[in-house]
Amino acid sequence: MLNRVVITGIGIYSCLGTNLDEVRDSLYQGKSGIIYDEPRKALGFRSALTGIVKQPNLKGILDRRTRVSMAEQVEYAYLATQEALQLAHIDEQYLEDHEIGILYGNDSSAKAVIEATDIARQKKDNTLVGSGSIFQSMNSTVTMNLSTIYKLKGINMTVSAACASGSHSIGMAYFLIRHGYQDCIISGGAQEINEYVMGSFDGLSAFSIRESEPTKASRPFDKDRDGLIPSGGAATVILESYESAKRRNAPILAEIIGYGFSSSGNHIIQPNIEGPARSLRNALKDAGIQANEIDYINAHATSTPVGDACEAQAIHEVFGQSRPLVSSTKSMTGHECWMAGASEIIYSLLMMQNSFVAPNINFENPDEHSAPLNIAAATVDTNINTFLSNSFGFGGTNSSIIVRKIS
Amino acid sequence: MYTEEIVQKVNEFLVEEFEVDADKIKPEAVLKETLELDSLDYVDLVVVIESNFGFKVKSEDFAGINTFADFYNYITQRVEHQLQEK
Repeated sequence: MLNRVVITGIGIYSCLGTNLDEVRDSLYQGKSGIIYDEPRKALGFRSALTGIVKQPNLKGILDRRTRVSMAEQVEYAYLATQEALQLAHIDEQYLEDHEIGILYGNDSSAKAVIEATDIARQKKDNTLVGSGSIFQSMNSTVTMNLSTIYKLKGINMTVSAACASGSHSIGMAYFLIRHGYQDCIISGGAQEINEYVMGSFDGLSAFSIRESEPTKASRPFDKDRDGLIPSGGAATVILESYESAKRRNAPILAEIIGYGFSSSGNHIIQPNIEGPARSLRNALKDAGIQANEIDYINAHATSTPVGDACEAQAIHEVFGQSRPLVSSTKSMTGHECWMAGASEIIYSLLMMQNSFVAPNINFENPDEHSAPLNIAAATVDTNINTFLSNSFGFGGTNSSIIVRKIS
Repeated sequence: MYTEEIVQKVNEFLVEEFEVDADKIKPEAVLKETLELDSLDYVDLVVVIESNFGFKVKSEDFAGINTFADFYNYITQRVEHQLQEK
């Protein structure tokens, strides 16, 4: 027998706000978190646009030994997880007494690697990079740190799947709980924001150069879009079996009813239509629902010319009859990359809880592919019973997750 | 014998790096216990010594250092040696 999988906690640290209330308000108001970051220009960036978050100060909250091992994105993930655990009513004693796991999305730790390399090259002595460097430098920096801080006893693993990392971490956690291997898993996604991580991405000319209008630069599905804008932070989603949540009277925020995935089998960066369309169909099949039962799609759309066009065609292929509301919250956040699949579940869940669809800001003129879609250019006050969130990444990794109000 | 100047400089970076109460640092106090050093912290101790004095401590040298007074003496000897080499 398969378990029902519910969400009992969410926490967010993003350029739209550093807690759920701030983020909900930003989403409703269609507020952009994008800025022009002058220091990037000095480093030779083609585009100095980025999402930005407040740098946390965890001194006095976590001890020195713990802090020196934490990369920037781990700090974001810690704060998001604190908020999620509190909402889920999971305290230290519960963590101590139960086998809670962690599956978190992360796919880089560039700043730690580059800073350590600079020291080692200059000093010719690896000891002088310090004790925390190795723990900051590995892709699994988020899970190794959080599992230690919270003394977790269940599954303990990082999911690296490019810009679908956060989404797949939730999908994999859903599978483990659904099939009875774990009762409760901390999932999510984290993304470093510093200039080091995005230099090579900027080098592909993938970023918008609408630097004179930072808040208008991210414009998914709009015909005048000219590229994405990097962003970051962290998002934590606590998944739990329905039985476990009921047993401990936890707040049940929603139910995950479907997870679809696919690989596009194509090019390392060029997307196609068939891969995402298959991911969408697989999610519907896993959920056992029809396309017309989806009220809202949180699109992956990052504001790149080709990526958005392919996704628009994939959505139209599967949802062309029912035409659910569609928006890309990346119009406000920029592309939160490894974090995006998790944060966008939270953004969509906040919309579901507060009965609105956040706008796809800067959607002024459709192109031929986005025109057939029902894109919310402004905030729409409406009930959402079921939503779907897409995340796609380099190498053609695709993930689609379906979430429904609990019944 | 160590100088007050060395004591001040060392205590300053130890308080900063290891976030220990300055009042706890006394010549007779045990370095490892007072700073709550584990094996990883000794790596960071090597780093702060190098950044403050420009020389590297080998891990085996810590075997002869028990108290803060031992530590001040060790640093003093290394600083003097460094000056002689110059």
